[in-house]
Amino acid sequence: MNPAAPPSRAGASVRAVQDPFHGDLLEVSMGPHHPSTHGVFRMIATLDGERIVRLKPVFGYLHRNHEKLGESTSYLASMPYTDRLDYLNSMTNNWAYALAVEKLAGQAVPERAEHVRILLAELTRLLNHTCLAGFLLQDTGCSGTPLMYAFREREAILDLFEALSGSRMMCNFQRFGGCRVDPSPAWMEAVSALVGRYDRFLDEYEELITGNEILLARTQGVGVLPAALAINAGITGPMLRASGVNHDLRRVDGYGLYPRFPFRIPLGDHGDTYDRYMVRMLEMRESLGILRAVLRDLPGGPIIDPKAKLRGFRPKPGEAYGRIEGPKGEIGFYLVSDGGPNPYRYRVRPPSLINLTVLEDLCLGHTVADAVIILGSIDIVLGEVDR
Amino acid sequence: MNPPAADPLSAGLLERLPLLARDALTSGLPEPWRWVSNSLLAILAIIVVFSSLFALLTLAERKVLARVQNRPGPNRAGLPLTRFRLGGLGQPLADGIKMLTKEDIVPRGADPVLHFLAPVVLLALSLLTFAVLPYGRLLVPVELEAGVLYFFAAGAATELALFMAGWASRNKYSLLAAMRALAQLISYELPLLLAVVPVVLLAGSLSTSGIVAAQAGWDLGFLPRWFVLTPWGFASFLIFLTAALAESNRSPFDLPEAESELIAGHLTEYSGFKYALFFMAEYLGMTALAGLGVTLFLGGWREPLPFLEFVPSYAWFGLKLLALLFVFIWIRATFPRLRIDQLTRLAWKFLVPLALLNLGTAALWALTAGWGPALQPLRWLGATALVAGPFVLLGRGLTAGLRPRTYRFA
Repeated sequence: MNPAAPPSRAGASVRAVQDPFHGDLLEVSMGPHHPSTHGVFRMIATLDGERIVRLKPVFGYLHRNHEKLGESTSYLASMPYTDRLDYLNSMTNNWAYALAVEKLAGQAVPERAEHVRILLAELTRLLNHTCLAGFLLQDTGCSGTPLMYAFREREAILDLFEALSGSRMMCNFQRFGGCRVDPSPAWMEAVSALVGRYDRFLDEYEELITGNEILLARTQGVGVLPAALAINAGITGPMLRASGVNHDLRRVDGYGLYPRFPFRIPLGDHGDTYDRYMVRMLEMRESLGILRAVLRDLPGGPIIDPKAKLRGFRPKPGEAYGRIEGPKGEIGFYLVSDGGPNPYRYRVRPPSLINLTVLEDLCLGHTVADAVIILGSIDIVLGEVDR
Repeated sequence: MNPPAADPLSAGLLERLPLLARDALTSGLPEPWRWVSNSLLAILAIIVVFSSLFALLTLAERKVLARVQNRPGPNRAGLPLTRFRLGGLGQPLADGIKMLTKEDIVPRGADPVLHFLAPVVLLALSLLTFAVLPYGRLLVPVELEAGVLYFFAAGAATELALFMAGWASRNKYSLLAAMRALAQLISYELPLLLAVVPVVLLAGSLSTSGIVAAQAGWDLGFLPRWFVLTPWGFASFLIFLTAALAESNRSPFDLPEAESELIAGHLTEYSGFKYALFFMAEYLGMTALAGLGVTLFLGGWREPLPFLEFVPSYAWFGLKLLALLFVFIWIRATFPRLRIDQLTRLAWKFLVPLALLNLGTAALWALTAGWGPALQPLRWLGATALVAGPFVLLGRGLTAGLRPRTYRFA
């Protein structure tokens, strides 16, 4: 309390970092609890005025030993854990894991289940991108209006998930060789209704904010990610496509039944925050097209392969990598089996973490205010970054 | 209160009601004390009225924001100890009690004196500005010759208090916020003043009641001669509104307390009652600026249509004030926030040149005041072109290179 006393550890918050050429730099620790770090994430930003000259991401606050847990539990018991990776997108996490195990065990999946998987994956993409649009605009200082609009629709999708799987976010829905529950006709009706009105929501949302000059000024030319850097850094998902690289696993791998459903892949030309935002908005429209086609073509039949073995599941020794195009990028699971009930090695390829690696490159030269929206446009979930 | 220019006895009973109430209260006092007691009563009235307006405004802001955002807003707190919820009307009371009972934290290493003084200074300065606003035909607390000048002198000093808060908190976010507050002050004080100069020019007076008097009369028998209804006045009003948003740190110019970037900016290290004081001062500052906007551009306490004269003038002032405050809240619910460099660019490259050009337009308007009815359309057309042309051209320069894009598909 005494201003004359030498600054103590706590009082040293205005400690300046000496730089002989540029005078005093200010080191600001944004996070681990900061309104815009989207969880317990920390950015140590060194500022020259408001400009960022160094930025060090610090994470791991939410580390839960996910991969080791996967190696010490049975294959099936890991399924609920994958929900907690990217907790916005449990359905796609489930699918990626199920795909890896199915590859490992040579398990076939019935047509109906493949359709339902695509349905849920695209709903998840809508959910994730809607949330992202809300969060990103919240970071630009919109006082909550776009966020609330987005969350209204998000809740509608989560209601569907809850009706189907019993849980809003921790769905635990996929099984090796199909899905856990067969969706009822009433549920399908509800999905049709949602898909039918989602276009209107997107129109409303874009009308509300997309053309706004302040938003354009805040996002265009901010956080440019060149295509070469994106490829070298292993960036995937909408972030890669916003940099103009045509790479979508739904088309590259053609996993599931995606080759049956035509869709377009929006590509950005600038790779800035605005492109990252817009590519996601456009992807949602494409997802709606896929959803309509799936709803139209949905066949009958079993939801899970009757020969699939759930209890006492022991795949033969070998290894497999299953990956899908999650809403945030390539979510993959690498599994090694030694013939036992647990995987010998269980490894996650988390898109959030790998996309986050270019954060400093994107932020250098920009201001604190930009760093916040650049981070928002990368679209991370700390559950997946830290695992 | 000093006797206003209008004859009090010619006004209606409702109009004179506040003065009658005041006289009833002070009639027992000897004559030499009257002046002091009248002034004290006026101060008391301002503090009571605008403090309760502040309380309701916090609720209104939350309610309006909530309605814009598809949610009900605060609706639990009502009459204390009863089951009447009154749609959340008790929320300000609940907030107040919460603020008062919270611990007041002063960070170690902070300057305790400045840390304490900042909210006090801010509140005091915000209250000072209310002295010169004409609230009604007979309600001018202090009749100052240079009322507008006084208003800005007191209003501009509030940013100093923000800087004090940011500096004294010994917190990096607060410090950044303090820097931003200063940059914002320097950038936006100028367009704010320049937007007011045309009004002073046309009204020929720096006194607020003189400016209201200059807006008397009707065009075509029903159009009020408010300054906002002239081309230059409209432009001035918009510049004033923009700069006022920036001066009161309101969205989209709420950079000093940008929540998503700087936690709470200069308020990061404030809690409890000091925080409440800051909150109150910011709302009072916003109310005062809105009140000035009403006085300068919207005809002050004047009625919008001739036959509505029977409604007391302070009611009109209140209604216009509330409408302007609603616009402030509405804007907050709609726009994203600017970045600090964009904020200053908007001021220096757009608002200041526009305000300067507008000053010329206003001067031309004053020069051509004697033109006959035949030349009036020409006068209007010319002034409109002089206002709209620079607006479009300067606006183009400001948003150069920014446009919605088209995307290719693979």
